[in-house]
Amino acid sequence: MRTLVCLKQILDPDLPARDFQIDAESREAKQGSANLVTNIFCENALETALQLRDRVGGEITALCYGGEKAEDVLRKALAMTADNAALVSREGVSNPDSLAVAKVLAAAIRKLGDFDLILVGRESGDWGVGQTGGLLAEELGMPCLTLVDEIEAEGEGLRLRRQSDVGFEIAECSSPVVATITNHEANVPRIPKTRDVMMSYRKPLTQWTHADLELDNEVAGGRSYYEVVELFVPTKDIECEFVEGDDLNERVASLAGKLSAVADAVS
Amino acid sequence: MSIAIVLFGEYGFDRAVAGVIGCGQALKATTGGEIVAVVIGAPAGEMTSEVAGRVDRVIVASQPELGEYQPETAIDAMKQILAPLGASIVLLGNDTYSQEVTPRLASRLGGSSLADAVEVKSVNGAVHAIRSAYGGKAMATYELKRSPAVVWVRARALAPAEPTGAVATMEETSVNLGEAALRIVERRAEVQEGVRLEDAQIIVSGGRGLGGPEPFEMLKELAQVLGAEQGASRAACDAGWVPPSWQVGQTGKKVAPELYLAIAISGASQHLLGMGDSKVIAAVNTDGDAPIFKHCSFGIVEDYKNVVPLLTEKLAEMRK
Ligand SMILES: Cc1cc2nc3c(=O)[nH]c(=O)nc-3n(C[C@H](O)[C@H](O)[C@H](O)COP(=O)(O)OP(=O)(O)OC[C@H]3O[C@@H](n4cnc5c(N)ncnc54)[C@H](O)[C@@H]3O)c2cc1C
Ligand SMILES: Nc1ncnc2c1ncn2[C@@H]1O[C@H](COP(=O)(O)O)[C@@H](O)[C@H]1O
Repeated sequence: MRTLVCLKQILDPDLPARDFQIDAESREAKQGSANLVTNIFCENALETALQLRDRVGGEITALCYGGEKAEDVLRKALAMTADNAALVSREGVSNPDSLAVAKVLAAAIRKLGDFDLILVGRESGDWGVGQTGGLLAEELGMPCLTLVDEIEAEGEGLRLRRQSDVGFEIAECSSPVVATITNHEANVPRIPKTRDVMMSYRKPLTQWTHADLELDNEVAGGRSYYEVVELFVPTKDIECEFVEGDDLNERVASLAGKLSAVADAVS
Repeated sequence: MSIAIVLFGEYGFDRAVAGVIGCGQALKATTGGEIVAVVIGAPAGEMTSEVAGRVDRVIVASQPELGEYQPETAIDAMKQILAPLGASIVLLGNDTYSQEVTPRLASRLGGSSLADAVEVKSVNGAVHAIRSAYGGKAMATYELKRSPAVVWVRARALAPAEPTGAVATMEETSVNLGEAALRIVERRAEVQEGVRLEDAQIIVSGGRGLGGPEPFEMLKELAQVLGAEQGASRAACDAGWVPPSWQVGQTGKKVAPELYLAIAISGASQHLLGMGDSKVIAAVNTDGDAPIFKHCSFGIVEDYKNVVPLLTEKLAEMRK
């Protein structure tokens, strides 16, 4: 089984709302003192791939299209025991649109060779557009299933379980296939072992530029599919009334009264 | 410019369908043109007449291969039906299937796609869509650069379509479908009591602070006396305490009930993204500085273990 996992580097989504600031000019979040991290669903995807490799063997390639610090994402993937990695440098393009990303990833994948399984996250924790997987499948001419949380090899083919609106669904397909991965209790990403972190620096990491992938400028510019024309922080802030009372019993009674009043209005 | 609305026949007519068509009607008020509903698969129940009363034209593709959703076949069929229509905007709902087909359909039609729009508008001929970004910490307006703009919208949160007073013409169509390289072979629904979470009027949700699966039983009793459905934060779902389908938030269900009671949930922006539009939000949390309280009408700073059983008891008395 040859698996490729696409990983994106994003602004730490756990950055508290009160520390979140927008750069009006670039229409992006200011990084400030926040960290850049691997998008969680990409790590869920890698974990899914690692568990599949544990069962059926094979090789895992980690791929990232990113900026200056993106190598961190791939070193971590290698430390989680991916076998090799490739980094395409974003070269000054910030927040490229989904089609540009899909085209870059597709070009890199073609250069890397044949894969049975291509995994992406269901969406990214920064912009959360969730369009890359589907567009990548179209670029590569492969079938695609979204919201997958478990993958089994079966004979020549693959069996994918995905979360649906009401439960789950099982799909069967032959490889190659693109799957977008969602979180599940079974694919919580492993913490790299110290020894594997050290080993990760000895594993192969290929670096490419746009030119190496022979991408045309318009695509690589990343503004031909969509563009963010405005970014703002919505105002809200309502005053919370903390229930009062002399003791717990009174406070809970007050809470019950308020809840009951709202519930009455409903029924 | 015309607006196409892609619907799955198997879902029938519900609040989500009303919301997507409502989005189309709001757009049509500024763009003019017609609204064409494209129904993939045999329409369930009264769907056809409900839809026909709210749009200008209905095209139904009900051949047997489209009866149950298959991603590859559905996308192929949509492409064949939509390409000749030449619509400049294609709207879909926020069910799994609609989300799945959106980018691939855009790709096949040579258009641009976007997800989870809360508003779609036409600005000087360009299509703009508003959606949240950075896990709910910001809102972003996107301009879709290619045509058609294929967008799935947060259907249940949008104003439902009004009947037009007319009945649209109906056309049956058929498409040529090949063998699909990927097939859904099994569909399992979790046994669900009560109404679906998105339609619930009252929701009682639990989070990581509950510490395990058992307290959700305690919350179940509370939910029962309130006539509520149960939800959860991602932390609780990821821990396996409750099924993934209970998850509320950016990557879970988007809900907007009259009352949302958050118990031992901190109120991360990604959770708020799924329930911030609730009419009244209330919380039980040991931490008075928890972000959830910034969105609450009222709340109590206290251990849930001390609150929930007593609260259930009092509510049971009050609501006999
Ligand atoms: C891309 C992305 C998508 C995400 N999507 C979602 C999503 O859809 N839904 C979602 O929920 N999250 C989502 N998250 C995760 C989100 O960021 C938070 O990690 C998650 O919501 C935290 O869940 P929680 O509030 O239950 O846990 P915590 O943040 O750990 O909060 C637990 C709370 O319980 C309180 N508490 C502890 N003990 C008690 C007690 N005894 N009694 C009362 N209160 C107590 C604590 O004070 C704390 O406030 C997403 C994250 C990312 C990065
Ligand atoms: N720059 C990137 N490099 C590698 N993978 C990416 C990149 N952008 C998006 N992806 C993949 O696409 C998934 C969904 O991202 P998005 O469509 O941007 O929400 C991510 O989880 C990644 O797997």
